[in-house]
Amino acid sequence: MAKSALLKSSIVKKYWMALTGLFLCLFLAGHLAGNLQLIFGTSLQFNEYALFMTTNPAVKLLSYLTYISIIFHAIDGIMLTIQNKKARPVGYAKTDGSSSSFASRNMAVLGTIILVFIATHMVNFWAKMHFDKNMPLMVKEIEVQGNKQKFYVGTQVGQFFPVEQVAKEGEKPDPVTMLPKQFVIKNKTELHYSQADVKAADLYKDLHKLTVDFFKDPKFGLAFTIFYVFSMGALGFHLWHGFQSAFQSLGVNSSKITPVIKFVGKAFAVIVPLLFAIIPIFLHLKK
Amino acid sequence: MSAAKNINITLKIWRQKNAKAKGSMETYKLDNVSTASSFLEMLDQLNEQLINEKKEPVAFDHDCREGICGMCSLYINGRAHGPDSGITTCQLHMRMFNDGDTIYIEPWRSKAFPVVKDLVVDRSAFDRIQQAGGFVSVNTSGNTIDANSIPVPKDDADKAFMAAACIGCGACVATCKNGSAMLFVGAKVSQYALLPQGKVEATQRVLNMVRQMDEEGFGNCTNTGACEIECPKGISLENIARMNREYLKASLK
Ligand code: HEM
Ligand code: SF4
Ligand code: FES
Repeated sequence: MAKSALLKSSIVKKYWMALTGLFLCLFLAGHLAGNLQLIFGTSLQFNEYALFMTTNPAVKLLSYLTYISIIFHAIDGIMLTIQNKKARPVGYAKTDGSSSSFASRNMAVLGTIILVFIATHMVNFWAKMHFDKNMPLMVKEIEVQGNKQKFYVGTQVGQFFPVEQVAKEGEKPDPVTMLPKQFVIKNKTELHYSQADVKAADLYKDLHKLTVDFFKDPKFGLAFTIFYVFSMGALGFHLWHGFQSAFQSLGVNSSKITPVIKFVGKAFAVIVPLLFAIIPIFLHLKK
Repeated sequence: MSAAKNINITLKIWRQKNAKAKGSMETYKLDNVSTASSFLEMLDQLNEQLINEKKEPVAFDHDCREGICGMCSLYINGRAHGPDSGITTCQLHMRMFNDGDTIYIEPWRSKAFPVVKDLVVDRSAFDRIQQAGGFVSVNTSGNTIDANSIPVPKDDADKAFMAAACIGCGACVATCKNGSAMLFVGAKVSQYALLPQGKVEATQRVLNMVRQMDEEGFGNCTNTGACEIECPKGISLENIARMNREYLKASLK
């Protein structure tokens, strides 16, 4: 095959749309499983998951594949849509939408909503988790001899460090006693002994708290929740058509298998966005 | 079926002098149209009226008027071949309409099907796609093998026959929001891909036909399925999937 056909041929563009789209469906399933811990897991479990997702090499590889897929899928999809618009320079005076579904006619609009959502989602969560200096560290309240005390949580089982024993990066010793605190935080998440420069533990970033605060924000929490739910609606419609469409693009269509694919696709399109959407609603309404 | 009666209708029809001219929708009143007449007979009646008024009659394509040649077209009230399924425009009857109806009649709209005049479009892009590979090469020097001497599984023969029912009318392109010709090309590719005689040239056929289709400026299929619903011959989306498979096989060779 001529090399240029890899991108130029209408059918090859469709293969790429389908492959990236289906890969993104897998990504959605994985991402959802993690997010559901915001409802069904403890904050520690969720933060463990967040740490795993930002550090595990296999996950890293998958996440790069995901970024590439989203970018490629979006560019390819927009190119296809522009070409398709050009294929009918003069439109009809009267149209009748009865021969195709709403979702199938609006994949580009739905996709663009998803793209905007992904961008805001990355800024609000991904970028904070990766780059924000003020990303909160996980703190757990434990009752010690009848008193509630706050502890930083280390990534090894059973590591707890009293918050009052830990100096912030660059914090001066107590002006009265002149004694430095026992620990100091370096490189955002590393707990070091302040006297000897030895690492005592790695601490969890508190993505759980960040997420809960985000959707409970007194000013914007409701707006964020509504936007999230709206975007999941767009995703649902995108998948309603997209899931089964991808199999057709790849040439899988027969009277035996297609009804199964269509059923699974519709179930996926309803269940996955619905479960995603329940999470911010749950967090927003949580006491 | 109720007895035929006469109805009065309003027509909004695309008029365009020639390929270069800028066209527009024009309104015509037509009275006493028998519901027993066909849609094209109704247009004949309109043209008689226009000729009597010394006006230019409306140009539209037609030939067999029995649903087998694929010449008639027309986008009627937003649907290719009008408001009925499994038929061509020449098979559409005025009993589908009511007294006082306004009926929109437009040409197929596609960059690859330029308007020649009024409702007539140039569908030679389909011919060029066919010429690019929609055939089998046969030795005609007198040693031609009878086609029936090659056994074909019944299921394949049926599917090939169903694909071969495509009359090349272009309704699929007209109705597709992307102006995609993939149902037509899918049918033409499938018709041969399923038969032993067609397998010999399968690789080049699908590559060449798809290349020609893209060059003609047809859009890309997004699997909306509108073509399958509007196709007068019931060509199924399975044919597009088969073309996609054939193309993948051919590309990997
Ligand atoms: C997690 C996010 C997404 C998933 C799971 C997803 C999934 C899919 C799937 C499975 C298809 C069907 C492919 C086919 O018909 O062969 C599709 C089509 C499409 N997607 Fe997405 N998509 C996502 C995000 C996006 C984004 C961000 C855009 C940006 C504009 C987009 C634009 C499109 C378009 C225009 C189509 C139709 C293209 C065509 O059928 O030719 N999608 N998507
Ligand atoms: S596939 Fe159907 S609609 Fe398209 S050209 Fe053939 S007969 Fe006409
Ligand atoms: S005129 Fe021949 S199919 Fe309609």
